[in-house]
Amino acid sequence: MNNPASSTNTAISKPGPPLWLLAELTYRCPLHCAFCYNPIGFDQVDQELDTQGWIKTLREARELGSVQVGFSGGEPMLRPDLEELVAEARSLGYYTNLLTSGVGLTAERAKALKEAGLDHVQLSFQDSTKELNDFLSNTKTFDLKNKVAAIIKDNNWPMVLNCVIHRMNIDYVDKIIELALDLGAETLELANTQFYSWAKLNRDSLLPSREQIEKAEAVTGRYREKYGDKISIIFVVPDYYEHRPKKCMNGWGNVFLTITPDGTALPCHTARMLPGLEFPNVKEHSVSDVWYESEGFNRYRGKGWMKEPCRSCPEQDDDLGGCRCQAYMLTGDPNAADPVCDKSEHRSVVDEAVAKAQDNIAAEAHPLVFRDPKESKRLSAGKDGANVLLPS
Amino acid sequence: MNIDTNTVVSISPGLRLQFEKAQDTWVLLYPEGMVKLNQSASEIMQRCDGERKLSDVVKLLEKDFEQTGLEPDVLSFVEHALEQKWVELRNE
Repeated sequence: MNNPASSTNTAISKPGPPLWLLAELTYRCPLHCAFCYNPIGFDQVDQELDTQGWIKTLREARELGSVQVGFSGGEPMLRPDLEELVAEARSLGYYTNLLTSGVGLTAERAKALKEAGLDHVQLSFQDSTKELNDFLSNTKTFDLKNKVAAIIKDNNWPMVLNCVIHRMNIDYVDKIIELALDLGAETLELANTQFYSWAKLNRDSLLPSREQIEKAEAVTGRYREKYGDKISIIFVVPDYYEHRPKKCMNGWGNVFLTITPDGTALPCHTARMLPGLEFPNVKEHSVSDVWYESEGFNRYRGKGWMKEPCRSCPEQDDDLGGCRCQAYMLTGDPNAADPVCDKSEHRSVVDEAVAKAQDNIAAEAHPLVFRDPKESKRLSAGKDGANVLLPS
Repeated sequence: MNIDTNTVVSISPGLRLQFEKAQDTWVLLYPEGMVKLNQSASEIMQRCDGERKLSDVVKLLEKDFEQTGLEPDVLSFVEHALEQKWVELRNE
């Protein structure tokens, strides 16, 4: 190595700035999606950061170099100070993204958000048909989303439609794409469910079969050919069907900083499940200390934490060992290789889930558990709130 | 692609060009993403103000950098930027 300041194999060079700030303003949500990634114990988190707490966080993160901010949740429209936070973020120079189910995004609030300088709205759809949509989100929201999409267009915001894809809606991908075209979305994200939190609970009901995925990919390909100039369609295959893990969050503590509703700072939305790690709270620490100094953020930076097969793997830089949460959920060891990797000694856990998904009877045997406060209380009874870990 | 230099070039709606101190570079921001621009790309983009014709963008760059014959390079970048939907062209 020519540059004496560059990192060695295991040492960590100073990380770059947290370019992406995800502000999870609240865990409250009018929907009850069975694939939600919010923690099972969300109901035990009741102390939300107040307006000043969020403004301080936005300022400190911007100072470090954060440039994209996503206002998310839960449902961020439930925060009456959303407009104030967007205005602050915009004036600080952030590109401001609102990630919403659309519930609460009235024409009036849209106008106020436009005046506040909101740059972009990502609208989530649970499915394109009313019946399935209502079933999957367990509320009557579909007509509303059509209205909200029109409001977004009226305000000239770029619109990204996000539809979480799973076993029960993947066969309707063509209808979902048609809907996105009708609504004038510039981008459609067909995001296959990632199996954390509530989605992990419901995994057997949500993981599509191989045949379903191949069919949906082919359909997506045909639409891309035909409408590629109008809409960009992103299709993400569930990682259980891959042989190498994803480079989770593009590297731990590398670009993503999540602030949860109570102010706890995380390197990803679900990292709080990991055992033996303390994550700092922005109420007590500056964002700079959180990002550069805290044990929680430094633990899995770089490659020093790796064990075999990752430690000597020639592909270690491609995926950095995959997802720590998935490794922990599926193997019980947060330092293990993500078992999606076929070099992992635990790959059989993933293979078993995949095998089950090829069998309709096994896959449909479980009733869905919907994300709601009652289930949250039931499932986390006697456990430590948001740290609730579910058996894999 | 044949680009008419009499068209006006502007940054696509919803995108934003800005200088980022922490990264010491110009970036183009779009929904949930960002592209870092190299120096020549950022010099071109900064002059695409939605009022200048492409031919005037070229002239201005040649004047500011005391060079000539920049048109092919500028057009080649604009072609790329159009493909990426970073910019739009419109006829006056």
